[in-house]
Amino acid sequence: MENFFFQMIIAATPLLLAAIGELVTERSGVLNLGVEGMMLMGAVSAFAVANSTGSSTLGIVAGAGAGLLMALIFCVIALSLLANQAATGLALTIFGIGASGLIGQGFVGVALEPLAKLSVPFLSDATMLGRILLGHDVMVYLALALAAGVAWFLYSTRGGLALRAVGDNHDSGHALGYNVIGIRYLATMFGGACAGLGGAYLSLAYTPMWAENMTAGRGWIALALVVFATWRPWRVVAGAYLFAAVTQLQFYGQDWGLPVASQFLAMAPYVATILALVIISRDVNLTKANAPACIGRPFRAER
Amino acid sequence: MILLDPRPQPSRALALLSPVIAIVLTLVAGGILMAAMGKDPVEALSIYFFQPFKEFWLWLTLPPGEAEMWLYTPSEVVVKAIPLALIGAGLAVCFRANVWNIGAAGQYTLGAITGGWIALSAPDGASGIWLVPYLAAGALGGMAWAAIPALLRVRFNANEILVSLMLTYVAAQLLDWLVRGPFKDPAGFGFPESKEFQDGFIMPVLVGGTRLHLGAVLAIVAAVALWLMMTRTMKGFQVRVIGAAPRAGAFAGFSQDRTIWFALLLSGGLAGLAGAVEVSATVQQLQPQISAEYGFVAIIVAFLGRLNPIGALFGALILAVSYIGGENAQIMLKLPKAVTGIFQGMLLFFLLACDTLIHYRIRLAAPGRA
Amino acid sequence: MSAPAEQSGDHAGSQPPPLLEARGIVKKFGDFAANDDVALVIQPGEKHALLGENGAGKSTLVKMIYGVMQPTSGEFFWNGRQVVIHKPAEARDMGIGMVFQHFSVFDALSVVENIALALPPQPMRALSERIRQVSEAYGLAIDPGRAVHTLSVGEKQRVEIIRCLLQNPKLLIMDEPTSVLTPQETELLFQTLEKLAAEGCSILYISHKLEEVKALCDAATILRHGRVVAHCDPKAETARSMAEMMVGDQIAWVERQDRAAGGGPVRLKIDHLNLAAESEFGVTLKDLSLEVHGGEVVGIAGVAGEGQAELMEALTGEVLSDSDATIHIDGVPMGRADPTKRRLAGAAFVPEERNGHAAVGALTLSENIILAHHTAEGIAARGWIDFSKASDWAGRVREGFDVRAASENPVAASLSGGNLQKFVVGREILREPGVLVVSQPTWGVDAGAASVIRRALIDLAAKGSAVLVISQDLEEIFSICDKIAVIHHGRLSKEHPAAEMTPEKVGLLMGGAHPEDTEIPTEEMA
Repeated sequence: MENFFFQMIIAATPLLLAAIGELVTERSGVLNLGVEGMMLMGAVSAFAVANSTGSSTLGIVAGAGAGLLMALIFCVIALSLLANQAATGLALTIFGIGASGLIGQGFVGVALEPLAKLSVPFLSDATMLGRILLGHDVMVYLALALAAGVAWFLYSTRGGLALRAVGDNHDSGHALGYNVIGIRYLATMFGGACAGLGGAYLSLAYTPMWAENMTAGRGWIALALVVFATWRPWRVVAGAYLFAAVTQLQFYGQDWGLPVASQFLAMAPYVATILALVIISRDVNLTKANAPACIGRPFRAER
Repeated sequence: MILLDPRPQPSRALALLSPVIAIVLTLVAGGILMAAMGKDPVEALSIYFFQPFKEFWLWLTLPPGEAEMWLYTPSEVVVKAIPLALIGAGLAVCFRANVWNIGAAGQYTLGAITGGWIALSAPDGASGIWLVPYLAAGALGGMAWAAIPALLRVRFNANEILVSLMLTYVAAQLLDWLVRGPFKDPAGFGFPESKEFQDGFIMPVLVGGTRLHLGAVLAIVAAVALWLMMTRTMKGFQVRVIGAAPRAGAFAGFSQDRTIWFALLLSGGLAGLAGAVEVSATVQQLQPQISAEYGFVAIIVAFLGRLNPIGALFGALILAVSYIGGENAQIMLKLPKAVTGIFQGMLLFFLLACDTLIHYRIRLAAPGRA
Repeated sequence: MSAPAEQSGDHAGSQPPPLLEARGIVKKFGDFAANDDVALVIQPGEKHALLGENGAGKSTLVKMIYGVMQPTSGEFFWNGRQVVIHKPAEARDMGIGMVFQHFSVFDALSVVENIALALPPQPMRALSERIRQVSEAYGLAIDPGRAVHTLSVGEKQRVEIIRCLLQNPKLLIMDEPTSVLTPQETELLFQTLEKLAAEGCSILYISHKLEEVKALCDAATILRHGRVVAHCDPKAETARSMAEMMVGDQIAWVERQDRAAGGGPVRLKIDHLNLAAESEFGVTLKDLSLEVHGGEVVGIAGVAGEGQAELMEALTGEVLSDSDATIHIDGVPMGRADPTKRRLAGAAFVPEERNGHAAVGALTLSENIILAHHTAEGIAARGWIDFSKASDWAGRVREGFDVRAASENPVAASLSGGNLQKFVVGREILREPGVLVVSQPTWGVDAGAASVIRRALIDLAAKGSAVLVISQDLEEIFSICDKIAVIHHGRLSKEHPAAEMTPEKVGLLMGGAHPEDTEIPTEEMA
């Protein structure tokens, strides 16, 4: 049981990273469905750099950078050229699957030292809670700090206020003189960098290796998490841990003697995602009151 | 700085030209990619893209006796295009309704499963007439799978993009379980695959010496029928109105819910049919991998075909060329399979970017004055 | 720093330069000149009206003054000094505030957050306090902590005005501020503006409501087709003379004749209609009843967002009510009938939003005929569309209602607002429906189109049809309606003969005087 929770925290981290980034993107009024593609590029870039330089820090930076560059492609096509955001996001994912496969072809089957675990003397081992919460690698805590930072930014800073404002009503934001497209570029690229970090976590820490399509739908689950969390940062954190618990079922289910084939346990995260979406979406007031009103709508300034 | 000036009327010429520009740009970018990977871009592109056209041209122009040998590659392109066209035509209608079924891969898988179930449970010596229930079961399987996002969207307002996509992973696991469990061939030396289908369940080949099969006729019939529906009938009009302006649809007395159901069941049914057709025509048994990625690539097909079912036929041929080219390049240039995915992703990027020209004129301005 | 030489020449001697002067302003969108050599002079403390029809270029001009857009050519002078206003923040720093027609407020944010967005960064608590002070000083009561989506339209405007006042503006631009207000709210607004002007703040007041301009403003610039056609003193002009300057022609004033309206049978009956709001953003309709007789035009007045949209949807059949008995069309209960059945029964509808509701912008005009007439006029019998019939219809509508377009069968989005509105109104009226329900029939259209549409509505009633007009434009209601009811908070007042009503009485009802009171207190009006 202790191990289950320990692993759950690890499994939650890539979801949390990708979802908190997408939350910022969506709050600015942009729907980027390319999270899966950005995560994959983050994963492969992080692995390649960490493998060839031996520095996992550089790997993490490369993962974030790759996600950011992918998001930049999205911005040019969907924000500057006003293409349909859903279609552009899909293109990003298709492209990301292909490009990560190409970059990663030489790394399949290569092993990597996993990201170092931190250790707090005495506390890490003294209690069960200590053993579950402490002794993770640095990115676990970085992800939580990032979520806290996003919450602070959105609700306590002028920049966060402007970001929420253009997501709510881009025409008003423009009329007041805010650079709607500029803010959305930044928010989308932040989302891309976070998705890249989430991917980097997968290939550097979660399973320290590279395999094609290794994200296995986590990018899409992160998108669903944002809806599930009704666009609130702390609910994203809670949602990520909840989903990670479900994901862990496939590894622990058989140990626990659940009389179910492994394939059905593997379905669990996806089915849980659908259930979560249904539960949140059925209440129109809940989604309508929280969803950024301009999400997915293109904006063109008349000048 | 790029400025966009809206056109008073969307340009029809550019709507047709945009895919051509996008293909050219993809080839240019692809050539640069090849050069960066240390390959001769001209040779690589000719293998990727031009070889099938060249062989098709040779087949057309050479005298009988010499021409036949050049038919194989073009026919393989068509074979690849069949599932893409079937799914793409359905998605074209679905996207027109502004319903984003991106889980066609799952519906395709379900079609293969339900069709396969008929094929595996048929009595020995089943004749060709069994193809009819086989294909019908495939279509129904795809519809059933698409009915889940339809129901959840209409009833609970759940986003069909995420639901349909999640179901592709569920479908893949389901297929995996079936071929390792209930559908597993007892005489299959433990391989995760079903028995081979009987002859009655194999799509008839149309041209000797090729694998070109009846599915091509199905794809063309489906595309033409859907095109007629979209351009001539009230049903198609409803789909277009609901997709463009749901409130205007309500004003006209059209039901958005019913349109969502229709769009998902139609595209799901065609994806399921494609799954059944493809399994029957190529591997002729159920395996864990049955090329379900066609369900995603068909999204590009639908856009390349201008969300027009007949356009999807052409889109399918172009994407099929990229598949065949990718396979050839794998053998001849030792290029990884993933390059095909890059080409396809770039094609959709360029296409979406070029489509801006349909609605806007692009003007470059000095940043200072803008 | 110093004023250009030619500048001082214009304003000789000791006279201070004008607060704002615009010279030779040109603004082009593609080939279309929205502003063509526009000049404008505003003196300190002046209440200056900018008059013009829809599409005359008023909004374009003020957006350039506020820095939202840049002129293609031309110059602005601020206190005699040439300025280039790159962005709204610069305009605000200069002392220019603007209240937009479609308010630039953010529904998802609180009042104080909305206001903070236009001001230099500062602590929210101190800002809330300043908001309270200013709102009290100018009689604009508002709670800084409230979420804006819970505010009424008039209150949202207050948020905008307070946002400007906190910047201590020297020039306040107001774009059609009263189009969403009751007459009483308008009166309050004018008091605020008078107070501001007395403190030395200039007002640039954009409107097409001439009586208001006469009451408030002491100078006016009139635009037509993007050009300045006249300057005048509104107080020295009549509404009619200014209207003619705006339109450039003798316009046909549509007025309700004193004809024997009513008398016909009840053709549209709303009977205790209740409809719960679909979400907390909607309005719940409570016990609405109304009868419209053949031969009469009945108007439903009310400020925006009081239940008009919900009522319209209930009448068209886009939203079904609980019981068939709540709506009768020519005596047939139809509360649960879909729009097609209602059309077959002889009803026709024109919703408020022409592009996206009454018509699909991406479809051609003949396809937009199909939208409404597919079954009722047999254009799509047995599921197949008869396109020749549709284009025939489109041709007749274009001819009968003078719908001007650049090509034979263009997409609806390419039409100007006035032409598209004539098209969607004409599409319904050409059917000669027994019952016509039309919402905001002339909102945002030019005077010529408005006159065509109002004429057609009256003519339709004269032929024995029942016409129900839902409008926020009191001038319109009074000019064409025989009876007037008022909608407020989802409740509908009893209808009164127009002759017995005054704008003040209607305004009281719009502001929420109890609609169940059939007697309107006349004493309070004094």
